[in-house]
Amino acid sequence: MSVIDGFRTRAEGLRLLQDRRLPVLVTAGLFVLMFGFGAFRYQSYGFLDAQVFMNLFIDNGYLLVAAVGATFVILTGGIDLSVGSVIGFTTMLTAWLVEKQGLPLLLVAPIALGVGAFGGYLMGYVIHHFEIEPFIVTLAGLFFFRGLCLVISKESISITDPTVDRLAQTHVPLPGGSFLSIAAVISLAVLALAFYVLHYTRFGRRVYAIGGNEQSALLMGLPVAGTKIAVYTVSGFCSALSGLLFTLYIQSGDPLHAVGLELDAIAAVVVGGTLLTGGSGYVIGTLFGVLVLGLIKTLIQFEGTLSSWWTKIATGVLLFAFILIQRTMTGRRRT
Amino acid sequence: MSLTSLWRAATQHRLFWPVAALVALLVINVPFTPGFFEIHLKNGHLYGSLVSIVLFGSPLILVAIGMTLVIATGGIDLSVGAVVAISGALACLVVSKQADQDSVAGVLLAFALALAVALVCGAWNGLLVARLGIQPIIATLILMVAGRGIAQLITSGQIITVNSDAYSLIGGGYWLALPFSLFVVALVVVLSMALTRRTALGLLVEAVGGNAEASRLVGIRSRRIKIMAYMFCGLCAGIAGLMISSNVSAADGNNAGLWIELDAILAVVIGGTSLTGGRFHLGGTIIGALIIQTLTTTIYTIGVPTQTNLVFKAVVVIVVCLMQSSVFRAKVFGARAKRRGPAQKSPGAAADAAPQMEVSS
Amino acid sequence: MAEPRPVLEMTGIVKEFSGTRALSDVDFRLFPGEIHALLGENGAGKSTLIKVLTGVHPLDGGTVVLEGRPVRITSPLQAQQAGISTVYQEVNLCQNLSVAENILIGREPVAAGRIRWKELRRRAAQLVTRFGLDLDVSAPLGSHPLAVQQLVAIIRAVGSGNPAAADEGDAAAGTRVLILDEPTSSLDRDEVEELFALMRRLRQDGVAILFVSHFLDQIYEVCDRMTVLRNGALVGEHLVADLDQVNLVKLMIGKDLDELEELSEHHTEPDTSEPFLKAEGLSRAGGIAPFDLEVRAGEVLGLAGLLGSGRTELARLLFGADTSDGGKVYIGGDQAALREPNDAIGRGVAFLSENRRTEGLVPDLTVRENIILALQAARGWTRPVPASQRDELVAKYIAALDIRPADPEAKTGSLSGGNQQKVLLARWLLTQPKLLILDEPTRGIDVGAKAEIQKLVVSLSEEGVAVVYISAELEEVLRLSHTMGVLRDRRLVARMANGPDVTAGRVLEIIASGEHQ
Repeated sequence: MSVIDGFRTRAEGLRLLQDRRLPVLVTAGLFVLMFGFGAFRYQSYGFLDAQVFMNLFIDNGYLLVAAVGATFVILTGGIDLSVGSVIGFTTMLTAWLVEKQGLPLLLVAPIALGVGAFGGYLMGYVIHHFEIEPFIVTLAGLFFFRGLCLVISKESISITDPTVDRLAQTHVPLPGGSFLSIAAVISLAVLALAFYVLHYTRFGRRVYAIGGNEQSALLMGLPVAGTKIAVYTVSGFCSALSGLLFTLYIQSGDPLHAVGLELDAIAAVVVGGTLLTGGSGYVIGTLFGVLVLGLIKTLIQFEGTLSSWWTKIATGVLLFAFILIQRTMTGRRRT
Repeated sequence: MSLTSLWRAATQHRLFWPVAALVALLVINVPFTPGFFEIHLKNGHLYGSLVSIVLFGSPLILVAIGMTLVIATGGIDLSVGAVVAISGALACLVVSKQADQDSVAGVLLAFALALAVALVCGAWNGLLVARLGIQPIIATLILMVAGRGIAQLITSGQIITVNSDAYSLIGGGYWLALPFSLFVVALVVVLSMALTRRTALGLLVEAVGGNAEASRLVGIRSRRIKIMAYMFCGLCAGIAGLMISSNVSAADGNNAGLWIELDAILAVVIGGTSLTGGRFHLGGTIIGALIIQTLTTTIYTIGVPTQTNLVFKAVVVIVVCLMQSSVFRAKVFGARAKRRGPAQKSPGAAADAAPQMEVSS
Repeated sequence: MAEPRPVLEMTGIVKEFSGTRALSDVDFRLFPGEIHALLGENGAGKSTLIKVLTGVHPLDGGTVVLEGRPVRITSPLQAQQAGISTVYQEVNLCQNLSVAENILIGREPVAAGRIRWKELRRRAAQLVTRFGLDLDVSAPLGSHPLAVQQLVAIIRAVGSGNPAAADEGDAAAGTRVLILDEPTSSLDRDEVEELFALMRRLRQDGVAILFVSHFLDQIYEVCDRMTVLRNGALVGEHLVADLDQVNLVKLMIGKDLDELEELSEHHTEPDTSEPFLKAEGLSRAGGIAPFDLEVRAGEVLGLAGLLGSGRTELARLLFGADTSDGGKVYIGGDQAALREPNDAIGRGVAFLSENRRTEGLVPDLTVRENIILALQAARGWTRPVPASQRDELVAKYIAALDIRPADPEAKTGSLSGGNQQKVLLARWLLTQPKLLILDEPTRGIDVGAKAEIQKLVVSLSEEGVAVVYISAELEEVLRLSHTMGVLRDRRLVARMANGPDVTAGRVLEIIASGEHQ
């Protein structure tokens, strides 16, 4: 038994360094540090006001939902470039159906969600059954949905529907006088649901198994095809939901809404500690990824003298740093 | 040689279908634009639909040529759009700061600076891919995200306009009755053909992309080759950036070269170069880029609402990729192939493939 | 003595791949509660037989009877359901999931769609304990060493036959036949012991185990019975106790000893010149134990040994394809640091890998391009071989090696195995190497091409090229080499000059026993 005892101690030692929660903790730590920095530097500007923190959720709720969908795809080792276009398309579709066709939002929302999910399903089907790289298929999705935006209308459609207005303006009060928007609450609910699905259902575990080793998953008798297609369907659904939240946030449909948002979503997932090669990561990490990206924007706003493009540069630097961390972590695991 | 065998030889040429598609697209235009193929001389400049297709397609051709080499090594470069923006922004900034914007020396300095930075961007991507071993999609994603920010940083978020005849020559000017950009494209095409086919670079790139392990065992310095490919791609994107900014005499950090990486990848794939690397076809890529540009023009001329352009493009991407997918061909045309003879799949391939299942860690 | 009824009986198995017979009329049987070794060199048909049995390949003839009933197995899943479980050399599990999940994924205990994690861990722990292991089942599989992963794979395999039984913690209830395909090749001694203990426990439970290993000692330690295949045909089935190692090796490598004696030609010329390449204590953990080796110009050094004995690993170290952990290499008298193949190539070493497809050919490129590749790589990208010179060289070697079709424009992917091998040989000959390392150059090619390649080796050595010749076919090694090295269990156990006293019998004995007097 001495051999096995040896395994045990070795395993214990490695676990600390290899713990898959480590990247999430790093990101959470980074968030706290950045927040502390902001609190220290902009103390007199009301940075510590609880609402500043809540606004992170209000301003980034749609991104969180999109990033949660992207997390599913990336966990299987795939990628979804169509996120931004599906969001843009959903804003257009919603605005057009509500404003130009006079349909009630209650009917429009399920339609939009269904279209997004079906788009994701189609992409997943082609990716899996015809063995075409996800990158290319979702790129076609990117073109397609952005194109559909323009087909609906080349002009922006602003929404004056009272239901939309009411939903957008509703404050969900929190203790301490701060509040959240409906969209923020929905995004947090999506996060919680995703966490449950990934960690407490067989489907969720299959997502991890495929990302860990698709060939093994197949040999272990898991339904790989269905799971892979489902993951893109989830991403399509989340993108459409994100589009609805974005519509609430901005109260218009515009063919140029959310251009390039897929990059933000992917960046948030990576910064949140999910490996782009799949199989490792947590949806909670994605939350921190979104919060860190959101906080960068907030800090830049508070600084006042810095311009918006620093957001992109900082995101790039963060991406680089986290990809390096991932690289060294996987490198160590291999040896 | 009989006519049928001639026909068969022609259809089997790898450029047949791309060229056929291009010709078909051009012909479609004729009923809508009667003088489509006409080219006339006005004020010493050549005008005509064909001329403008080449003129507007120039930046795409350039970027796609660089992309071809990167894809041939088994990689991909998502950052070319950002590099286009950076290069244009830097050049415009340098020119706009000069007292005499028409000074040729000043413009040349601006070009040199911009292209140097583009080369650095390419080298950065190459180092991440070849030295650090990061997946190409991910490695170039970094610059794709940060690069736009850098471009806006250079222009301070404004659109920098320049007023320089010397500067506007490269992207909008005419020389010997032809658009000057045509000469630039021709030069780059000739250079890249020479670089790849007159030296051994093309062969080594194809070997690295075709079988990386065999290339290592045969002594090819694949890291160096890959870094060079990314640098070349960066340089091409840099030149395209100069052209785009010169054409409108302005640099827009946000929108210059937006989505050009996607068009370029599409052009490469249509041209017959596989995304998995290996054999590449510069001629095919150029035709691919021209098809994309002609498609855009055609959509304008035949009166289809321009907004469907992207939907069309999406359909083209999918159809081209489906046709390239062996699984799709097997599923759709499989029945016919089976009737023709025994299965084409060699047993050796099947037997060899099985033990290669690896535990990815 | 009345034998118990076999749990599995395969009779007259035939498998063809586009006309070539991979298995011809093979019989194979397994008894419950035995560990049965399947033995044979590369191409003997071991893996084909396993793949037929597990439903990966459909069989072209013969019958399979499982527990008295004829069955037709068409997919791995169906094999599993029928009670045939397989564990491959590469652990087919997910490193990122916990041990418990790896054992039970797909069969997790759920309540109202929610995974009951505690119950899952409890069941996994129960299974693990039942097999006499003590593991933290909630740790990710990747944090455990390969040996433990291998054991986990076995636990999953035997636990997956019958979900209901597994749910009750009765581990091996569903599995009648367990196939272990080279599970020990990357384990160290102690780890192998753990595995054997587990195998013996399963044997007690009445499971029939099919065990594939290249290590003869292991087979004699753990197996009860063995079946030997050669060239796709059955050579014999023996009780391990009835057949000693020397006779086993004879069965595997084939040919009667007398026949081998006749074929051996000895051409030893005393050579006192400085060795072209000298290795001192060269080693790589998990690959090959420290070894010393010398090759002189014009000398053919033959390496004999069974598959998996470390012959390829040795060759890769000499070429810098793998980096060594310890020891020194001298090439041309100077110490050489071989970190990359380039370092060896620059000193005149060439290496023909045993894996033509994955490590040799660039299948998309033409014959001409593949032939010119090594020379071009050495010259660098700025100095292309001039077209006229290139075409001349290519034409010369296509003619000299009789490559067919003699078309420099043909894609190498479409050539036959023998011609592909010749293309790769031509590639290296173009660089005029001083040392040519050939790893199984004649495997999987037709007889004519084999003879041509052997002739080529002789003429190269006459021209002063040093050759390291690796082959599973003893006859070839004996005939061609001036000096010989024998490998066994990842160790170079013997080095000797090839002479009248070096007989096939003696080499076989060394391969079988590892002892060299």
